[in-house]
Amino acid sequence: MSWIDICALDDIPLRGARKLKTAQGCIAVFRTAENEVFATSNTCPHKGGPLADGIVHGQSVTCPLHNWVFDLETGQARGEDAAIATYPLRVEEGRVWIDASGVVDRTAA
Amino acid sequence: MTRKKLVVIGAGMASGRALEHLFDADPDGWDVTLFNAEPRGNYNRIMLSPVLSGEKSYEEIVTHDDAWYADHGVTCRFGEKVTEIDRTARTVTGENGTVDYDKLLIATGSNPFMIPLPGHDLDGVIAYRDLDDTNRMIDAAAAGPGARAVVIGGGLLGLEAAAGLRLRGMEVTVVHLMGHLMERQLDEAAGYLLRKDLESRGIDVRVSASSKEILGQDGQVRALVLEDGTELPCDLLVMAVGIRPNTALAAEAGLAVGRGIHVDDQMITSDANILAVGECIEHDGAVFGLVAPLYDQAKVVAATLIGDEAAFRPKELSTKLKVTGCDLFSAGDFADGEGREDIVYRDPARGVYKRLVIEDDRLIGAVMYGNTADSNWFFGLVQSGEDISEMRETLIFGPAYQGGPDADPLSAVAALPLDAEICGCNGICKGTITDAIAGGATDLGAIRAQTKASTSCGTCTGLVEQVLQVTLGDDFQMPAAQPICGCCDLTHEDVRRLIKGRELKSQEAVWQELGWKTRNGCHVCRPAVNFYLLADWPLEYRDDPQSRFVNERKHANIQKDGTFSVVPRMWGGITNAAELRAIADAADKYDVPTVKVTGGQRIDLLGVKGEDLPFIWDDLNKAGLVSGHAYSKGLRTVKTCVGTDHCRFGTQDSTGLGIKLEQILWGSWTPHKVKLAVSGCPRNCAEATCKDVGIVCVDSGYQIGVGGAAGMDVKETERLVDVATEAEAIEWTTAFIQLYRENAKYLDRPYKWLAKVGLDWVKETLASADERARLVAAFELSQSIYRKDPWAEHAKQAERYQSLADLTLEAAE
Ligand code: SRM
Ligand SMILES: Cc1cc2nc3c(=O)[nH]c(=O)nc-3n(C[C@H](O)[C@H](O)[C@H](O)COP(=O)(O)OP(=O)(O)OC[C@H]3O[C@@H](n4cnc5c(N)ncnc54)[C@H](O)[C@@H]3O)c2cc1C
Ligand code: SF4
Ligand code: FES
Repeated sequence: MSWIDICALDDIPLRGARKLKTAQGCIAVFRTAENEVFATSNTCPHKGGPLADGIVHGQSVTCPLHNWVFDLETGQARGEDAAIATYPLRVEEGRVWIDASGVVDRTAA
Repeated sequence: MTRKKLVVIGAGMASGRALEHLFDADPDGWDVTLFNAEPRGNYNRIMLSPVLSGEKSYEEIVTHDDAWYADHGVTCRFGEKVTEIDRTARTVTGENGTVDYDKLLIATGSNPFMIPLPGHDLDGVIAYRDLDDTNRMIDAAAAGPGARAVVIGGGLLGLEAAAGLRLRGMEVTVVHLMGHLMERQLDEAAGYLLRKDLESRGIDVRVSASSKEILGQDGQVRALVLEDGTELPCDLLVMAVGIRPNTALAAEAGLAVGRGIHVDDQMITSDANILAVGECIEHDGAVFGLVAPLYDQAKVVAATLIGDEAAFRPKELSTKLKVTGCDLFSAGDFADGEGREDIVYRDPARGVYKRLVIEDDRLIGAVMYGNTADSNWFFGLVQSGEDISEMRETLIFGPAYQGGPDADPLSAVAALPLDAEICGCNGICKGTITDAIAGGATDLGAIRAQTKASTSCGTCTGLVEQVLQVTLGDDFQMPAAQPICGCCDLTHEDVRRLIKGRELKSQEAVWQELGWKTRNGCHVCRPAVNFYLLADWPLEYRDDPQSRFVNERKHANIQKDGTFSVVPRMWGGITNAAELRAIADAADKYDVPTVKVTGGQRIDLLGVKGEDLPFIWDDLNKAGLVSGHAYSKGLRTVKTCVGTDHCRFGTQDSTGLGIKLEQILWGSWTPHKVKLAVSGCPRNCAEATCKDVGIVCVDSGYQIGVGGAAGMDVKETERLVDVATEAEAIEWTTAFIQLYRENAKYLDRPYKWLAKVGLDWVKETLASADERARLVAAFELSQSIYRKDPWAEHAKQAERYQSLADLTLEAAE
């Protein structure tokens, strides 16, 4: 794995999220009340709602358009046969790192 | 092998069962001698009532016949009373002689208690305990039509006697000392239903009645006299007021005796060779009057005799009344108490009453009347003490509705018959509500207006909403009902009350103190709690953007493609060339695809990219434009008409008043959005009569209407007050909105809130000048925080609206 430094932990609001642009599309980076961070696809499989704009509760996010609820750890939608992609993150000394292998544009190399 | 000698005193239900277990475990180990004072062997005493009523014969209730005793080599000494136990010699003496024992089992049952009233020894005064008593009752009833019986005691036995005698044609009166029948097993509501039931069978029931004297004639009972002087003539008087453990023999033999014969967990008395079982014993301070525990004891007796380990453990008990047609059941503890909660279901039309008592998420008691089909299941829950919180919503409907953790309360509601009562206070049945729905009432407010259901105590609100939901299906939008959501057990109203009462000033305090079941709520409860906190503690608590829906967090309306709309405020619908120019410039600069005039008298820039929001706001700010809060649960717009400024009919300055109101109210958060309008005359060009607050100007002043709506429901405002001056119009409007902020449930528009609290209450409250002044001051205090432009603040944090990073150009290694 190769890790890319994407931001300071504090750049993401507590119980909130920010967007990250990648070649694979937008990724939502979440920070829970307990300072856990998760990265998932920003795009709701229902009708494309931007998940980084949803309400973050527990280890879940609620899509802002029609309230689908996703588990941030597994990506699974609650009560729906759908899931979003999740991406490995790690936090070191207050900085958030994402695993580049999943997110960079392979064709550019 | 020599058999051990077992002597048993009393051939009743307890010893009968003990012998069965003993012979099962050890068929050849014992020589048993069985004494019984009654001239017969063991029969099922509890079935005497069906014998009395004629539903069974004595032969049918015999449990052990001669052949059984013979097969097991039991020496029967029936009709022979034991008179002495000699513990040193280890002998038992009966009326016809003495036998010795290795082990002795005392099972003498209990004696019915006879109140020592004057005349209690007259002929025709009997107890209800054995077959002889039963036969005497049958004989008395056979005396012919018009024969009268009085039963003293409205407990289980007394009522079974009364019902049986009535079935045999006697005129029956029940005299009961307490306020309701079977007070040890039933609560008042069930006692009341039982009484109604018995009365409908022609039984005269007198509660809170105490007996004074029994009158006789020629040694035969003639009447019972009550304390209040009432004389109840009778040919038979049955006393069924209680039992006393039959301990005389044991006490004389020097065994330890309290209320009953003391036994330990192995059913051994104070003499190691003597055991006791049944109603005659006292175990751990308790005495017994129902067969279930006696059967458990009987098992232990057999085990102890053959040297196995066993211990008697008392369990919760349940009661049923064996009167055909009277369906009642009670189990566990159902007294009121701190920390106990009731779930009650009533269906007066069918005479059904069910009450569950819950403590610490466990069912500790149940009383049911009229429909006891599920009683065993409830009894199981009482005994097991398992956690019922998961099925709490549907618990009262029984096991059929427990599909698992996500059991749907709706299916239970759907299954209710049309005559099932929903609103107890007003006696409204499900059918009345479904009729109203069929007639066009599609929400709670309309149901309330038409049927009065849930307008009194309000506890059935959830049920009414569920009836709406099952009847309308997808057409009904379930308002965030009770409880708020799965995170807690409390209703919105409760949470509001507790936030104020317990001075909870942070979300963490609410979650902790009010028992939230999730870490930090969910998208349903968080916005509600956030609002309640900021409304009640404007200075201590600050709005939490992360607990807001995206529109309110980002101060713009999200669109279906993830872009946003931008609606600047136009105070009272008034704008000017400079503002329009700024809007036009912004539309150009940010490639706004759609510019639209809204229904709220202002202009909407639709399709703005999220990243651009802070910049477009900054540009608009520079032209003096601020947020229009087109996205908020807060003040939206104040529509106006041109009024006296231009219109030939205008009576007051409606535009001016609209602008003033908007400037006072803007920025405030409210339970749901709030829209106002001011029209200059009753022609009402500003459509004021369908707004949350709508003011219509007239020559004499201002007519203030409230509770209008023109969205999913269309509602005309109702008149709050007429005032003479503009200042009063502003004061009343502000006070009304603050009252709404302080009391309404999150996401209730004013008209919904008014349907709950009643316009009259609001009028009364606001009629007080002091209260109005307090409300206006409280609103102003809150506005000292919130009356500012969020766009200006957010424009300063433009980076929050950008992506964290752009990795699109990052290449793989
Ligand atoms: C822009 C506008 C339509 C227009 O182009 O004219 C509009 C647009 C929306 N309305 Fe509206 N309503 C607009 C005037 C109205 C009016 C007319 C009025 O205010 O005079 C009504 C009926 C009056 C009333 O509220 O009683 C109206 C009744 C609703 C309702 C139903 C509310 C209700 O309690 O029944 C909703 C749904 C809701 O709020 O839950 C709603 C919700 C919405 C939302 C916010 C839907 C949403 O959640 O995304 C729409 C946002 C569109 C967007 O992305 O910008 N809109 N909406 C109007 C903005 C007015 C403004 O300047 O602020
Ligand atoms: C009409 C009626 C209805 C009832 N209905 C119910 C019901 O619905 N549910 C329920 O759980 N319970 C019911 N009960 C209670 C239940 O019948 C008793 O709890 C149970 O019978 C007690 O059993 P036992 O063996 O301890 O005593 P008993 O069954 O009373 O047996 C004791 C026996 O000992 C004999 N005896 C006493 N002294 C001597 C002596 N010195 N020498 C020889 N023999 C002696 C007595 O004659 C008697 O036969 C009812 C009782 C009655 C009377
Ligand atoms: S009526 Fe209102 S909510 Fe419905 S589509 Fe039009 S703008 Fe949207
Ligand atoms: S787009 Fe996410 S729930 Fe509909």
